[in-house]
Amino acid sequence: MSIPSELKYTKSHEWVKLEADGTVTVGITDHAQEALGDIVFLELPDAGRTVKAGEECAVVESVKAASDIYAPVSGEVIARNDAAIDAPESVNQDAYAAWLFKLKPSDAAQIGALLNAAAYAKVADEH
Amino acid sequence: MVDFAGWEMPIHYGSQLEEHHTVRRDAGMFDVSHMRAVDVLGCDAQAWLRKLVANDVAKLTLPGKALYSCMLNPEGGVIDDLIIYFFSPTKYRIVVNAGTADKDLAWMLKQAEGFNVSITGRPELAMIAVQGPNARAKFWTAFPEAKAASENLIVFQAAEWPGMTDGLIARTGYTGEDGFEITLPAAQAPAVWDKLRAAGVAPIGLGARDTLRLEAGMNLYGSDMDETTLPTESGLTWTLDLKDASRDFIGKSAVVTRHPQRQLVGLLLEDRGVLRSHQQVVTKQGNGDTTSGSFSPTLQRSIALARVPLGINIGDVVEVIVRDKPLKARVVKPNFARHGKALI
Repeated sequence: MSIPSELKYTKSHEWVKLEADGTVTVGITDHAQEALGDIVFLELPDAGRTVKAGEECAVVESVKAASDIYAPVSGEVIARNDAAIDAPESVNQDAYAAWLFKLKPSDAAQIGALLNAAAYAKVADEH
Repeated sequence: MVDFAGWEMPIHYGSQLEEHHTVRRDAGMFDVSHMRAVDVLGCDAQAWLRKLVANDVAKLTLPGKALYSCMLNPEGGVIDDLIIYFFSPTKYRIVVNAGTADKDLAWMLKQAEGFNVSITGRPELAMIAVQGPNARAKFWTAFPEAKAASENLIVFQAAEWPGMTDGLIARTGYTGEDGFEITLPAAQAPAVWDKLRAAGVAPIGLGARDTLRLEAGMNLYGSDMDETTLPTESGLTWTLDLKDASRDFIGKSAVVTRHPQRQLVGLLLEDRGVLRSHQQVVTKQGNGDTTSGSFSPTLQRSIALARVPLGINIGDVVEVIVRDKPLKARVVKPNFARHGKALI
């Protein structure tokens, strides 16, 4: 199970990458893709949508189940990964390359409250 | 691993999609030991089964030949669907679902009053389904001594496994592919499993078992039908045998007099998404529900079984409500893929 140390994480198995321009890129962790199994469908938020931290804003469906994806921080959706929509299996192949959406955070302090890799490793161990 | 009717079973061993394709294209095996074998012996065995189930075992005359049937309650609801193997008019084997096995046995014993028949559950027997276009050949590679006894079996026929006590080889399955379902003592099962693996038969989990049977348009008991649904509302009218007017099976008067209000159809999702069970289906004739749904690995799009009002026809377009959004789906015959090929 891969948990890159340069990323931040949520208890609900999203990874968050803080970009140089202050925006964040969001995906699901390697642990999450493995638990879901073969991913066949992604429903991602449209750019322009405003989301609150913890709000359901995307759905990842594998052959066996649908799983909600939550906004890790509040903000505005500025992009979604249409390439991943066309090739959902890319999330299984490399969960950290196949990002789902990008957010412009409205409250930078929320980023500091996310889990680091060591803390997420404990969460992943328990689930 | 997941709990399935009290059995701890793997959803998949690796990739569920790969397992699905392996069965459609090559050969895979399922540990289906959760299914319960029930032996029926006695001079009234045939007469009792003709009362117990809705299909007519009297049509079985070829030794080893099997029959798919519903066991109904007096209201015509489906207590279980099962397979009955005929060996002689005094000797049959029934195979029932795991989740209903105890309920089924209790019902059977209750209905046996007044009949000279013994009914014996065989929980000590294991079952392995070997399925796929290469399944039989690979089974014979693993067990060449069983070939002579099983190579001439027609579809839905079983034969004893020579040299294997309580061994049975049946040309049946739940995937829409050719293959065998083999029954054997649980103590022998691990060694047989290993030999099949060595012959190139891949282990397949419960997940692919569900997508394979759904593509083949086969009902899952408890999802697509139960004690509240009539066979005529479950795509199973063909299993009701009413030819012998003098035969009075349990539930007969109900299925003859109760007119179905609903029908079970197939749905092919035209929009993007994945259909699941218990989603609302909106039609011009009224609403219905999906009873099973998944992504079809063979068709590369989502399919479902749905119970909808009568009056809906093949080719109609309906809406399925998925997360509050209506998605367009086309009504099709519930036979999506079999024998390695898409049928739609």
